[in-house]
Amino acid sequence: MKKQFDETILEVKNLQTYFYTDEGISKAVNGISFKLKKGETLGIVGESGSGKSITSLSLLGLIPSPPGKITGGSILFKGEDLLAKTEKQMRSIRGNEISMIFQEPMTSLNPVYSAGEQIAEAIRLHQKLGKKEAWEKAVEMLRLVGIPSPEKRAKQEPHELSGGMRQRVMIAMALACHPEVLIADEPTTALDVTIQAQILELIKSLQKDLGTAVILITHDLGVVYETCDRVAVMYAGRIVEYTSAKELYNNPKHPYTIGLLNSLPRLDMDQDELTTIPGTVPSPFNMPKGCSFAPRCAHAKPMCHESVPDLLTLDKNTEVSCWMYTSQWETDHTIIEKVGIE
Amino acid sequence: MFLFIVRRIIQTIPVLLGVSLVVFLIMQMVPGDPATLLAGEGATKQTIEMIRHQLGLDRPVIIQYFDYVVHVLQGDFGESLRNNRPVLDEIMIRLPITIELALASIFITVVLGMLAGIISATKQYSAADITIMIVALLGISLPSFWFGLMLIYFFSVNLHIFPVAGWGTFKHMVLPALTLGAGGAAIVARMTRSSMLEVVRQDYMRTARAKGLKEHVIIYKHGLKNALIPVITVVGLQFGALLGGTVLTESVFAINGLGRLIVDAIRTRDLPMVQGGVLIASVIFVFMNLAVDILYRYFNKRVDLN
Amino acid sequence: MALQLVDKKILLNVDHLKQYFPIKGGLLGRTVNHVKAVDDISFQIYEGETLSIVGESGCGKSTTGRAILRLDEPTSGNIHFGEKDLLSLGKKEMRKIRKDLQVIFQDPFASLNPRQTIGQILNEALAIQNVVPKEERKARIEELLGHVGLRPEAMDRYPHEFSGGQRQRVGIARALAVDPKLIICDEAVSALDVSIQAQVLNLLKSLQKKFSLTFLFISHDLGVVRHISDRVMVMYLGKIVEIADKKSIFDNPQHPYTRALLSAIPVPNPVHKRERIILTGDVPSPIDPPSGCRFHTRCPFAIDICKSRVPELKLSEQNHQVACHIID
Repeated sequence: MKKQFDETILEVKNLQTYFYTDEGISKAVNGISFKLKKGETLGIVGESGSGKSITSLSLLGLIPSPPGKITGGSILFKGEDLLAKTEKQMRSIRGNEISMIFQEPMTSLNPVYSAGEQIAEAIRLHQKLGKKEAWEKAVEMLRLVGIPSPEKRAKQEPHELSGGMRQRVMIAMALACHPEVLIADEPTTALDVTIQAQILELIKSLQKDLGTAVILITHDLGVVYETCDRVAVMYAGRIVEYTSAKELYNNPKHPYTIGLLNSLPRLDMDQDELTTIPGTVPSPFNMPKGCSFAPRCAHAKPMCHESVPDLLTLDKNTEVSCWMYTSQWETDHTIIEKVGIE
Repeated sequence: MFLFIVRRIIQTIPVLLGVSLVVFLIMQMVPGDPATLLAGEGATKQTIEMIRHQLGLDRPVIIQYFDYVVHVLQGDFGESLRNNRPVLDEIMIRLPITIELALASIFITVVLGMLAGIISATKQYSAADITIMIVALLGISLPSFWFGLMLIYFFSVNLHIFPVAGWGTFKHMVLPALTLGAGGAAIVARMTRSSMLEVVRQDYMRTARAKGLKEHVIIYKHGLKNALIPVITVVGLQFGALLGGTVLTESVFAINGLGRLIVDAIRTRDLPMVQGGVLIASVIFVFMNLAVDILYRYFNKRVDLN
Repeated sequence: MALQLVDKKILLNVDHLKQYFPIKGGLLGRTVNHVKAVDDISFQIYEGETLSIVGESGCGKSTTGRAILRLDEPTSGNIHFGEKDLLSLGKKEMRKIRKDLQVIFQDPFASLNPRQTIGQILNEALAIQNVVPKEERKARIEELLGHVGLRPEAMDRYPHEFSGGQRQRVGIARALAVDPKLIICDEAVSALDVSIQAQVLNLLKSLQKKFSLTFLFISHDLGVVRHISDRVMVMYLGKIVEIADKKSIFDNPQHPYTRALLSAIPVPNPVHKRERIILTGDVPSPIDPPSGCRFHTRCPFAIDICKSRVPELKLSEQNHQVACHIID
């Protein structure tokens, strides 16, 4: 069942976010581009240090500045560049047209205000409703996200709610103003597996009902497979592979993606030893020249260490940033072993 | 919450008993025999024994203690050895003044301190921040009586804005309250600053920003209420310093309050007065702490103070 | 590599273990109730195997580990380590036993003293148990670092100079330093990235072979558990719901909770099919757990008896025990 998405609602081009610290310049996001279509779910997947969280914060202009700064690129939302907007204009977009939920439901809600108050606040701010109407709408949102006895729960403070419930409150708060884009930064990582399943189901169904486009940021490849339409794999501040979710698992192209998929302990079969990717992620203060994955890549040739490969479109749906797929690869006669793609 | 309050009130009983015991033992530990001191020089042994019997000092210590407690509970703190007036009466004349002074000082401590702390935190590393922190450091380091004398020198003697000493009008309150409250304000300012800095980094502040709220709403509505929690504890601890500080401040400004009464009583070995004054001050302190605990619990319901 | 359990020695025997944490309240601060974190569990660990305890937050798996180590004193029950009755030992004797009973914690950033160098950390471990005489300690430290894949130069560096995965390796080295028999891994890889996790899991497996170690592996991640375990024990709200050897649990899970747990995990494999059971509601509180079978409030298959009677762990197949009325 192939879903067709037509209208592009968000387009990121060459986004660069750097952090200027005493230790040097950290190139957290180093030139990434992707598109989000209306109603689509895009997954951004990567390990710690890949820059995926910084990407999501950059979209909403929430980078702490100093020391961070968006140094380049553009973020087109409905045709307008968010980076050119004033703070006042951004404030009316946040929580209203683009919303965000975070990883830690335990700490992302203010402990001294009730759940209902925190949701109603967003409604009062963006939809200019009165106190009573906003409260009623907040209760409705709690009902929508599947919280039983919403009138009672709305009056409770976060510490009286479980982790799963708090995340539902976060979702209610984010969707209260019916935004067109929801950015979910590791929304289920801190939750138990059975609750995680509930929350992902919830996001999926709400997305269908409200037509929201979702950017799901995670390190969990399984989650991405089950919930996303398209996936961007990030490594050391760059997107190395950008394709549909199914294609990513059936036919991964970039050596990092392949390595990542292989190092997952499989639920469906026994393995004696897990395949690992040797070495560690490069420091963002000291990026290698050329492809940032080259030092750890089994297939690396001299050209890989020289310059960064562009994001190359392989077919209509897949883009890869890897010299292996370029025409120049074959002309380099260094003998290497090509490992079959599983 | 109600149970918590009742429980804490019950817990103050052993504390108060302990305080009364310590206060009572002052009498026992003072060098020299009170009866001899009272009898004066050249008194005969008989006179001394008579006075001792009169004061009830020949009874076993435990009996004396119980007797003391029973009397205190009835409001009888004994009589001043200086002028034979009931201790409680003397204290009650002066207590309201000290309480006024204390409240004014707390106002300075809390309001001035918190404002300074918030400004410092929100404009971290700016000129305002650094100035406030240096001033705060001075406030903690400088002795309060010196500070009080300096204030008198500049504002009373030179500029004639405020009266030099005494109590009664609003103008009389300003300099003493500043003197007494400055040290506390400095501590509160630093505490508020560090608490706000921590709060500002919290995840829920990021959530508030992601909702599109204005910056000052985020700081004052979302941040402050959380930042106050450790500050309340600090303010509570300041009460101890406050009560002790009234002694110095009342002396410098010649205010007729409880602190000065106790100091004079110590100087003249007026033991019942000392006992009564210290006991009353301690009771006030215990209940102030209780109030702070309750306030803290109100702000931070997740904390189990057991 | 199936473990023949019939003739293996029992290294650790846990018998009717209970861990209740008191809750104070009321007027005078008396104990009004208890958090029944571990509520009467019994199991054995055989020499040389890896037994995993798996479950979600609040199930009692970490509490069980801590109770065995006596980091929290168990409320009641018996724990036998080899021949010794652990709970009857005094402080001095317990300290000697700790040589054989080690632990690796979850947070590589919190479990190492930031003010000590790696060498000092490992030296302290060796000194406390006096495993080797002073002169030989440096050599032993270098040897340990080599076993866990760290260079000898690491000895003079501080924890903050290392990544999470490397610090976890130090934690492993520390546990290994005293030649233990049983190592309890409390969520030892949960805080690591997937690719680092794979490295550490491979390391644990190879060390187990090399040094004939026994592991009690506590985790919430079933994928990791599948990779590293011989037997798996599933806990829910302080009780054991299923114990079986690995293949049995994953190929043929019987308890409804185990099945729900397995089905909830997103798997990036288009071929792997399983029925999806999504549980409703939240985990009940361990302060007032449901009567009878703890799971009955969320179980899609609950029948009347589930509400009143606590099911016992019974053998349903070879090496496979389940506590469920429906399976009976």
